Amino acid sequence: MQSETTSDVLLTPKKEKGLKAFLRKCKQQQTLLLMTIPFVIWVIIFKYLPIWGWTMAFQDFKPALRFSEQEWVAFKHFLFLFTDDRFLGVLRNTLAQSIINLVLGFVTAIGLAILLNELSNIKFKRVVQTISYLPHFLSWVVAAALVSSVLSIDGIFNDLLTSLGLIKEDILWLGVGEYFWGILGAAETWKNVGWNAIIYLAAISMIDQEQYEAAKIDGASRLQRIRHITIPGMKSVIVVLLIMNIGYILESGFEPQYLLGNGMNVEYSENIDVFVIKYGISMFNFSLATAAGIFKTIISFIFLIAANSFSKKMGQGGLY
Amino acid sequence: MEFWKLQKSGMGKTREDVIFDTCNVIFLVLLCVVMLYPFLNQIAISLNDATDSVKGGIYLWPREFTWNNYSHVFEEAAVIQAIIISVLRTLIGTGVGLLCTAMVAYAIAQPKFMFKKSVTIIFIMTMYFNGGLIPTFLLMKELQLIGTFWVYILPTLISAFNLIIMRSFIEGLPKSIFESARIDGAGDFRIFFKIVLPLSLPVLATVALFVAVFQWNQWFDVFLYNSSNEHLTTLQYELMKILQNSSTTSSGDMASAFANSSDSGSNQVTPKSIQATMTIVASVPIILVYPFLQKYFVKGMTLGAVK
Repeated sequence: MQSETTSDVLLTPKKEKGLKAFLRKCKQQQTLLLMTIPFVIWVIIFKYLPIWGWTMAFQDFKPALRFSEQEWVAFKHFLFLFTDDRFLGVLRNTLAQSIINLVLGFVTAIGLAILLNELSNIKFKRVVQTISYLPHFLSWVVAAALVSSVLSIDGIFNDLLTSLGLIKEDILWLGVGEYFWGILGAAETWKNVGWNAIIYLAAISMIDQEQYEAAKIDGASRLQRIRHITIPGMKSVIVVLLIMNIGYILESGFEPQYLLGNGMNVEYSENIDVFVIKYGISMFNFSLATAAGIFKTIISFIFLIAANSFSKKMGQGGLY
Repeated sequence: MEFWKLQKSGMGKTREDVIFDTCNVIFLVLLCVVMLYPFLNQIAISLNDATDSVKGGIYLWPREFTWNNYSHVFEEAAVIQAIIISVLRTLIGTGVGLLCTAMVAYAIAQPKFMFKKSVTIIFIMTMYFNGGLIPTFLLMKELQLIGTFWVYILPTLISAFNLIIMRSFIEGLPKSIFESARIDGAGDFRIFFKIVLPLSLPVLATVALFVAVFQWNQWFDVFLYNSSNEHLTTLQYELMKILQNSSTTSSGDMASAFANSSDSGSNQVTPKSIQATMTIVASVPIILVYPFLQKYFVKGMTLGAVK
């Protein structure tokens, strides 16, 4: 095949090069093309084609009608969203849940990584790590079942608080809306803190050990070493992850909110994704649900770009 | 380790170090307890007599040991059906997904591949946006995938994240292997199956476990596409139904069916014990593969972080 192509190159006149060279290359790499083209078609159908559905947000979409027969309503659904008290509450929940999860997620993961790094017993460190990321692999359904059991009337949380004398009678924790954000933050932390700590541990392991030795000789205490060596050593990882997560600020997830949410805490549990599920799937208001989804995607994009350029200005480098 | 060096150089532990270490160990032990307790508690409840559990006070050990809850759960045809579907989607989804991901990863890892860049970008873009819930739902309807088993496999065939992990790994393989195979006249398919796949076992294991865990844990696509097709629901979805019912009413679909099926006092099951038992059944496979997961996923994480 190779000799054939070289003779081809010698024989072909220059002006035919463009298309012919392309076709020859295609033939040469036909196996590679065969390996990718079906999946490129797949990705276009399953991931890109649905974007066409965004047009629904600007129509009064009726599934029975064809595209040309749909009634166009411009920004009606968006305007409705921003005057709807329920959606404004949903927006508040989304932001509050995200910010709580973001802050808690960062602080606990960084904290755990530092504490694990300070352990001198490698075996104990490995055991703690193994146990700490176990919940990450359980499904949210299982996690939600565990959380609701811990928080139930006869669950350990009530028992513990009663025996410590902190509460007088058992509380139905998931039945009080005001507690939901905190419960969600705690559940997210429980599930993901070990997993999230991995990347910080990797960053810490890159720090030059001689820095610690030098600091010790200079008489720096344990906490001073953590503050002046370990934390600065993680700085670039923290910044990159922070930017990524700020981009996802409206993506507070939907599984725990959907699974732990109930009629009693709905005013605090319902976020944009749950709203989309309820309006779209249960109430068949496809247009309104899609409008809410588009709003979320666009805001996320703006946040991502803003956070990235801010970090570049601060001299930290960005994602792209 | 830094500690051990310190002791060797003769400086010893300071008082501050001892206090810090003690607090640290105590804190981390408590953390492990918090991580494990909810799970151990459910095991205890699932092994305890259902009517006795209602009285509360079961923590880490069953008070009246019984296998009753498990035999009840496994007698229910819907549970067996759900287990079969869960296992099938995990096996097929992982096998097919792995092969497809590896194939595309191999192609875009070839420096000379003419569409290397564009194919990579087309896939990476999908990490940052998607059409959203409703348009995707309507697409599945349009493709007539709703009400079929394939709606679990096809839409999640290749994940961009796993693709990048695999590509990085294949790019890291020594170039000379590919070249010598080409000189020997091997085509891309042969190189892929005979050389690249065997050499990529570590990354294949990592991605396989990611996909398998994802498939096993899925419940939302069942909820969206197959909630009215009882023969296609998964274990996680059945558990979700029990959970949803117990949070709204006192007895749920399956739980009440369970309760009705047994009338004698000693064989009684309650929503609480059924939920605990189903929770354990739904997570046992994860716990079983966890030792393997453990070994490979940190590697996968760091591989993914490179790019």
